[in-house]
Formats: sequence, C-alpha cells, structure tokens
Amino acid sequence: MRGILGKKVGMTQLFDKSGAVIPVTIIEAGPCYVTQVKTEETDGYNAVQLGYEVVPERKLTKGQRGHLQKAGAPLLRRLREIRYDETPSLSVGDVVKADIFAEGDLVDVTGVSKGRGFAGAVKRHGFAGGPKTHGQSDRHRATGSRGAGTTPGHTFPGTRAPGQYGAARTTVQNLRVALVDPERNLIAVRGAIPGSRGSLVIVRESVKALKKAKRAK
Amino acid sequence: MTNALMASLQPELNPDFPDIAPGDTVRVHQRIVEGRNERIQVFQGVVIAMRGGKTAGATYTVRRTGAHGVGVERTFPIYSNTVEKVEVLRKARVRRAQLYYLRDRQGKSARLREKRFVKA
Repeated sequence: MRGILGKKVGMTQLFDKSGAVIPVTIIEAGPCYVTQVKTEETDGYNAVQLGYEVVPERKLTKGQRGHLQKAGAPLLRRLREIRYDETPSLSVGDVVKADIFAEGDLVDVTGVSKGRGFAGAVKRHGFAGGPKTHGQSDRHRATGSRGAGTTPGHTFPGTRAPGQYGAARTTVQNLRVALVDPERNLIAVRGAIPGSRGSLVIVRESVKALKKAKRAK
Repeated sequence: MTNALMASLQPELNPDFPDIAPGDTVRVHQRIVEGRNERIQVFQGVVIAMRGGKTAGATYTVRRTGAHGVGVERTFPIYSNTVEKVEVLRKARVRRAQLYYLRDRQGKSARLREKRFVKA
C-alpha cells in the first residue's frame, strides 16, 4: 500500500496528446517522513505513520517534538497512518516523495469535505423540493413526508432529513494520476477531490485496483 | 508556495500565436488524426468571443457561414496543442466584446468595419 500526505492546491486543466482537455486537481504531495511503523506483533495491526508539513518549534508540544525526534524527522505538523495488509516495507526515518506514484496509476484520495453547515434536504440529499407555483407558500424547499402515520408512529432511523452536511472525511476512489513531478513535490489527479484549497489530503493506491490486480494473479 | 506551484503549471502560449481580438477574421489550422492518418483542417471565420483571459481554460470562438447560409461556430482553447497555426486575415472595429449579434444577421448586415493593420 503506497500512500503519501499532501495539500490540495487547486484545479486546472491539461491537454493530453490527442488534444483533449483533462481536468486535474493539483496536490502538493510530500516530502513525508516515516515517523513510526506499526506491526501486527507490536501494535496488533500493520500501518505506517507519515509526517508532513514542517513547522516552527513553537507550534508543537513537547510530546510531539519528542516523538518526532525519536524518528529523526524534522518538526512536522501532520501525522497520519496508512494501513497495510502486510508488514510495511518502510522503516522509521524513510522519506516518501511524490515519485511513489507514476502517471497512469489509479489512486484514492481522502480528505475532509467542505463544510456546508446545517443544510436542507434539497442541498444535502438532492430532494426536489415542492412546486414553485399553484399557491405554494413556504413549501418550495420542504422535505415532504417523513413516513406513515400512527402505524408505525415514528420516523424510521436513517430517513434523509436536513442536518450537518460536509466537513466529513470523504474518499474519492479510482482517480487517475495525470502528472507527477517529484522535484516540485507535485501530483496531479484527474477529477475533483474533497476539501478546500490548502486542506490536508491522503493519496493512496486505489484499493479497487489493488483488489483487481490480486484477483488477476 | 501553493500559488507558486499553480503558477508553474500555467501553460505556455505557442510563441507564434497571434494577438487576436473579437471581430478578427482568422484562419485556424488544426491537426486532425483519423485512424493512422494525420491531416490539417482549416477553419476560417470571425472571432466572435474570447473567454477566460490567459487562464489555462481560456478559449476563443470562431464563427463562419457554411453552405446554404448555415452558421458554424467552433470554440478552440487558446493553449490547444492540436492547433498548428492561426492566421489573422482581417481586423475589424467592433464596439463590444462578444459579437453574438452576428448570429441573427446575414449578408450585408453581418459585415464588420475593417481596421487597417500590418499583416504579420
């Protein structure tokens, strides 16, 4: 399982060889430092802890500094784990750069989606809302019925309704890598990814592609 | 840093790309790949709109009147790598940025007042 931490930079477009436009999201990925390796024997599961984004000393607590010092890594703000099925091949102190991915690879990108606050059912679930005319008042964006009456006597759990929308961990799967430049710590993926510009994203090998490759073997 | 990264991806304009503006009559030479063959297709018409300034997605729209007075419009990205060459044939004095009114006109009323310019 290859993975790297990065920052969403923004979207732009590129041209492929045939002249077709590819919409891409630019990710400033790495360099990441391996700050801890977890294995089945020591921790009960396999994972690699990656650190990203160098910050001044005053931004970190003593505990964080000690943890990073032990790994021989610089002062880093973001620590995230990448889960492995097998024992990780990386060891503490290794540096992960954008070149772990190549053009054409399929990746999953995880981030925190843009927060939309307490949103109505039209925005949150794509409800159609009510009619715009024919004497409607206050029903334009209403949710409509929440279920039957006395029987069953309550709204079923999971019924789609207004509520907090966004600001949740979101993964977009199977994005094709359109461009990699390790010198500029740059990865471009085809399509959109969650989150606002500047937010932390985790780029990992596509689990679907991995499964497919395994089945083919 | 992030802005610098974005700026480093700004596509570079073909150095031969002429300064075009709405009202110009241009001839666009586009490379077309058909199976194994490659040929150049020429599209000549009036630039009726330009969108997006110098951003990566910027385009210009060329309108020509085809057979039986049927209007044909094509929109090209200014950074497109399939456009081999753009020639400016005429420049015209126009008073707006989008010449969509030309869609409703034909013949004499669809003419534009020519502006003198030195052909590159």
